[in-house]
Amino acid sequence: MNVLKIATAGSVDDGKSTLIGRILYDTKSLTDDKLEAIEEKSKQRGFDYLDFSLATDGLVAEREQGITIDVAHIYFSTPKTSFIIADTPGHIEYTRNMVTGASNSQASIVLIDARNGVVEQTYRHFFINTLLRVKDVVIAVNKMDLVDFSEEKFNEIKKEIEYLASKSAYKNQKLTFIPISALKGDNVVTGSDKMSWYKGETLLNHLETLEFDDVAEASQTRFPIQTVIRPKTEEYHDFRGYSGKIYGGDLSVGDTITVLPSGTKSKVKTIQFFDKEYSKVKRGSSITITLEDNINISRGDMLVKENEEPTVAKELNATICWMDKTPLQASSKYIIKHGVNEVQAKINTLTSIIKTDFSGKQENPSELVLNEIGEVTLKVSKPLFFDSYSKNKANGSFILIDPKTNNTAGVGFIQ
Amino acid sequence: MNTDTIKVGALESEAIYIFREVVAQFEKPVLLFSGGKDSITLVRLAQKAFYPAKIPFPLMHIDTGHNFPETIEFRDRLAKELGVELIVRNVQDNIDNGKVKEETGKYASRNMLQTETLLDAIEEFGFDACIGGARRDEEKARAKERIFSVRDDFGQWDERNQRPELFDILNGRIDLGQNVRVFPISNWTELDVWSYIQKEAIEIPSIYFAHKRKTFVRDGMIWSAEDDVVYREEDEVVEERMVRFRTVGDMSCTAAVLSDAVSIDKVVSEIRVSTISERGARIDDKRSEAAMEKRKQQGYF
Repeated sequence: MNVLKIATAGSVDDGKSTLIGRILYDTKSLTDDKLEAIEEKSKQRGFDYLDFSLATDGLVAEREQGITIDVAHIYFSTPKTSFIIADTPGHIEYTRNMVTGASNSQASIVLIDARNGVVEQTYRHFFINTLLRVKDVVIAVNKMDLVDFSEEKFNEIKKEIEYLASKSAYKNQKLTFIPISALKGDNVVTGSDKMSWYKGETLLNHLETLEFDDVAEASQTRFPIQTVIRPKTEEYHDFRGYSGKIYGGDLSVGDTITVLPSGTKSKVKTIQFFDKEYSKVKRGSSITITLEDNINISRGDMLVKENEEPTVAKELNATICWMDKTPLQASSKYIIKHGVNEVQAKINTLTSIIKTDFSGKQENPSELVLNEIGEVTLKVSKPLFFDSYSKNKANGSFILIDPKTNNTAGVGFIQ
Repeated sequence: MNTDTIKVGALESEAIYIFREVVAQFEKPVLLFSGGKDSITLVRLAQKAFYPAKIPFPLMHIDTGHNFPETIEFRDRLAKELGVELIVRNVQDNIDNGKVKEETGKYASRNMLQTETLLDAIEEFGFDACIGGARRDEEKARAKERIFSVRDDFGQWDERNQRPELFDILNGRIDLGQNVRVFPISNWTELDVWSYIQKEAIEIPSIYFAHKRKTFVRDGMIWSAEDDVVYREEDEVVEERMVRFRTVGDMSCTAAVLSDAVSIDKVVSEIRVSTISERGARIDDKRSEAAMEKRKQQGYF
């Protein structure tokens, strides 16, 4: 049951919902009753064509305003692959919801209206994909039917994005440019006879060939403990299992491990999944292990392999995307949630605001407001064990929680 | 010990991770259990998450009194086998004491009435997390919901102001009186659930498999004529048909589908080629375009 998670991004009216509707329609993923409902509503509203956004904009407010406010998750599969598309909002005020969608995705589709070319929102969406290090980004140049399927127009946009990419710090990103018409269906699921100059794959074919990169990357082994299992029954009187999900790497029976933060060493005795034991477990797996020695381990501790220790520190530098109405200010206090670990955090300095059009930074700002991205240094009450985001996404990211409201106020990427 | 390497499937691994977060982050979680295939799947995942320990929270069923007898029998047996506490709260009690008013007529359903009983039960036991089997592919308001979905004192969902949910970091911090609805199988599709039941050989109530039942047709849907709670006009003709139920809600609002799928393998093949959505058989969703959103705002799960 492997699934590829994809996020969409694009400015308002670039046709994200139409694109998703088109994919669902052409892959026959819309069931008859849902299609009937769309046909009926479209007619009722006096539209000339099927309004596929009706399939994805699930909230009353969204349908009233004709915009997407929050992420919708759309599911479809082809004979080769199962997909989850996070349909994210284009409006600038819902950037945080776009980040939410992109953070859980292995690939991303950025839509551009061929008539308008690269606009401010495109920069922002492209930037966020770069910041989040989304490996596969498809630049779908949409509404090609409205620019006479012009190759020149397409190349112009391509050149501009490639220029932006040259300024990005993330060099392993794979960009794919596809000219499409979501409304008419050109190059989405089926090819186009109107753009014979385009020799590449259709959007769906391209998505099908993407690698199933695991949620956890091929990095060093990181095993944060979620819960300690102590059945306290006759049968399992002395059982003490450590449960969690393995981020990065793998773990085998017999491996010597170090427990953080104590530094105690032990060996993996068993690896269990439900009622079976295994000799080796791969990354991304939620399992339970037992150790040779009876040591004191609790939630928030992390098991790593010998000589693969992450950084252990009380101060760190991070890039923050702010998601709360109350701005972030230097000296503010938050709860930092790093993996399953929760500690107090204090912002030391707000170093800069990063301009999402790749034009540089604004140094020493006074605050970071909703939907802005900035760099901070922060101090935590207890040492955290972390990697840089570029080395391990799970162990290099965190959220900041406002202790007054309990809201998730920001997301951080450790540098 | 076998020498195999294990790689837990992404959806299964994600769900188990969510279960463990719930137990770690909340004082008093409960699993909302209806005896339907989704909540049965949840129970299996919970078993896996905490094995060899028992499931560390009770199961709770908000019983409308209009459930299929096969499901109720199954519900009680499963809880007993697992040695897990089963709490049942009855919508009938709230009807009897006048707290809610029963609908009457052709499309009457007790679905809306569940909310009141659910909220009462949450308050009675002080549950801070209610784990449910809702999936995002079911319905478009559900497609918008977070995995940890915060509800206020009144159980209300503020759909415009949901917490961002980043990577798999789950923020379960809540104020007193607030409550979190947790959806571990959010990202599963109907086919994923059926395939999992098949792979794991999980037992499910018999009404999911094709059987002969006295039925009648209304609004193009097939209704059970064997159960008194299903409203039927005198001129609606009862015939015996080979049917099964694809979803198990209230009898009064859950229609059957024609089927000859008598085994789980056949059910999976049937779902694979179906051109009707699962909730296409739920009459209560068809009341308006926003039926589910409205129910959620009022505290429904």
